[in-house]
Amino acid sequence: MNRILLMILAAAALVAVPFIGVPPYWLHIMIVILIWSFAYTGWSVMGRFGLVSLGHGAFMGIGAYGTALLWNHAGLTPWIGIPISLLLAAAFALLIGYPCFKYRIIGHYFALVTLALSVIIGQVIVATRDHTGGSLGYTPEPHGGEGFSIYALQFPEKAHFYLIALGAWVIGLIIWRAVDRSMARYALEAISEDEDASAAVGVQVTKEKLKITVLSAVMTAFAGAMYCQYQLFVSPDTVAGVGISLQIVFAVVAGGIYTQFGPTVGAIITIVLAEVLRINIGELEHLLGFRPFGLDNTIYGIMLVLFIIFLPKGVLGTFLEKYLRPAKA
Amino acid sequence: MEFLSEYVFSVFFVETLLNGLLYGGVLALLSLGLNLIFGVIDVVWICYAELVMLGMYTIYFMHVFYGLPLIPAALIAVLVVAVLGVVLHKVVINHVLGKAPINQLLATGGVLFFLQSIATLFFGVEFLSLGVSLGSFQLSEDIYMSTSQFVAFLVAAGAVVAMYLFLSRSYMGAAIRAISQDRDIMILMGVDANRLYGITSAIGGGLAGLAACLLSLQFDVHPFVGISFGPIVFMICVMGGLGNMVGGFLAAFVFAELIAIGGYFADLEWGTVLAFCVFVITMFIRPEGLFARKS
Repeated sequence: MNRILLMILAAAALVAVPFIGVPPYWLHIMIVILIWSFAYTGWSVMGRFGLVSLGHGAFMGIGAYGTALLWNHAGLTPWIGIPISLLLAAAFALLIGYPCFKYRIIGHYFALVTLALSVIIGQVIVATRDHTGGSLGYTPEPHGGEGFSIYALQFPEKAHFYLIALGAWVIGLIIWRAVDRSMARYALEAISEDEDASAAVGVQVTKEKLKITVLSAVMTAFAGAMYCQYQLFVSPDTVAGVGISLQIVFAVVAGGIYTQFGPTVGAIITIVLAEVLRINIGELEHLLGFRPFGLDNTIYGIMLVLFIIFLPKGVLGTFLEKYLRPAKA
Repeated sequence: MEFLSEYVFSVFFVETLLNGLLYGGVLALLSLGLNLIFGVIDVVWICYAELVMLGMYTIYFMHVFYGLPLIPAALIAVLVVAVLGVVLHKVVINHVLGKAPINQLLATGGVLFFLQSIATLFFGVEFLSLGVSLGSFQLSEDIYMSTSQFVAFLVAAGAVVAMYLFLSRSYMGAAIRAISQDRDIMILMGVDANRLYGITSAIGGGLAGLAACLLSLQFDVHPFVGISFGPIVFMICVMGGLGNMVGGFLAAFVFAELIAIGGYFADLEWGTVLAFCVFVITMFIRPEGLFARKS
């Protein structure tokens, strides 16, 4: 009973955030954290089974650019544009996943093939600059009086978008839990241990892997679409390509791949760190004698290496193991 | 037919193919270094291109800032990156040896982040040019070639040949080839694996440094320059069969030509897209690499 009460209280507190006079800047940070948490959760539903994809920047880009391009060029409302983009992301996941799994491309070979997908999507966006704005970025056209439009899913009021992002984040966590409790989890864990042995006991290796890959790709693409609708600006550097793929993997590893809230913790760590350094860049400049651009990524890089060597379960995973579940073999 | 006479049988197309060939030389050098490390140490350095970037900064600062002549500056760059290779091995790789490949990938990915941003931190995001122009020379009536590209190709080819001779003729080369065939037995034979790993890391770093010198003749250096050819080098190594140096060497030219040809008919980005699509398809047809020997 306590647990349910706690959850209701937490949910009420989170829903109340935009109505108790939280400054817009903090609301913005929370929205960004929620959107990225959803994307990271999307990655981790497959990443936790040893399916390390470096192609999720591509899926996110498809979600973001698909939604924006359909709105601007075809006049399709995001209510239709987002589902189409998600289908497109699913199609790409099948296109790259099916041959990979059929021909047993696993481990770092899988990572490199999916990395190629990131490069391809990133380069296509830059190459079709006449339609996508290339590396300069792209803006979905505004719609409706004062920018508010349910038809175009454009909400200048941060509170509206906060609630949408919060809802998506909760759904992401529910999906994570559903996967965690499903038979597919046992199948996928068996596959990540030994593909041949699990195939021998009747696990449909290709099918199970494809299902989780498509789910993961669609979730990440949806995060991309949300990012596009929230920021009303997308560029290859912020939602697509190799850099984003690496960022996704890093944040999840930092937070914890194997726990439900790990990706969220990863998003909080990375975004808060980046913001703190960005805000204090003036004082740091004073302190160091030069403007420390890139300091956040320097710290990420060191953290990533240290995490892999010393804390492979991530911050939250290690914390839970140490303090909440002692002596559980 | 009109298409053929206008686009394919033209001097510009020949020039394109030649440029692809020349670029392929530098890529071959890079893939050789990465393959050597993978073959011997069994770890993929995702941050390999970032070592090249640091090499490019070294030669830039030595030549432009401290006014050293080009050749000594280049030698220092090679040396610096070789040392960085050893440091990378001792500080990071040593701890992830024998761990899951994914963990190795992510650890070196962290180094990639670190090197990129430390370069941003100290050198800024400007594009820095070595400011050396070797001009171009005339190959035939209307085919011109950039001298720096040609020099880069010659040096890269020379280095590849030297590496081949080193690996096939020298005692140390034999040891390196042996340990890449069987890691466990070699240790039982009384070989100091750590020493071999250190030497291999130094050679791999040195090759990256050499490639850096050649690339800085053609390209400006900035902290993210590695992203523009790093993924290409991995794909080449995988396409040729990871650890298979001859395969990687050939795949480098296939890749460079694909990029050049794609760039000839459309934009350079489409060339990259074409090359990576071919890579993905190759992986599906021959997952063990395009030039893998039958086991």
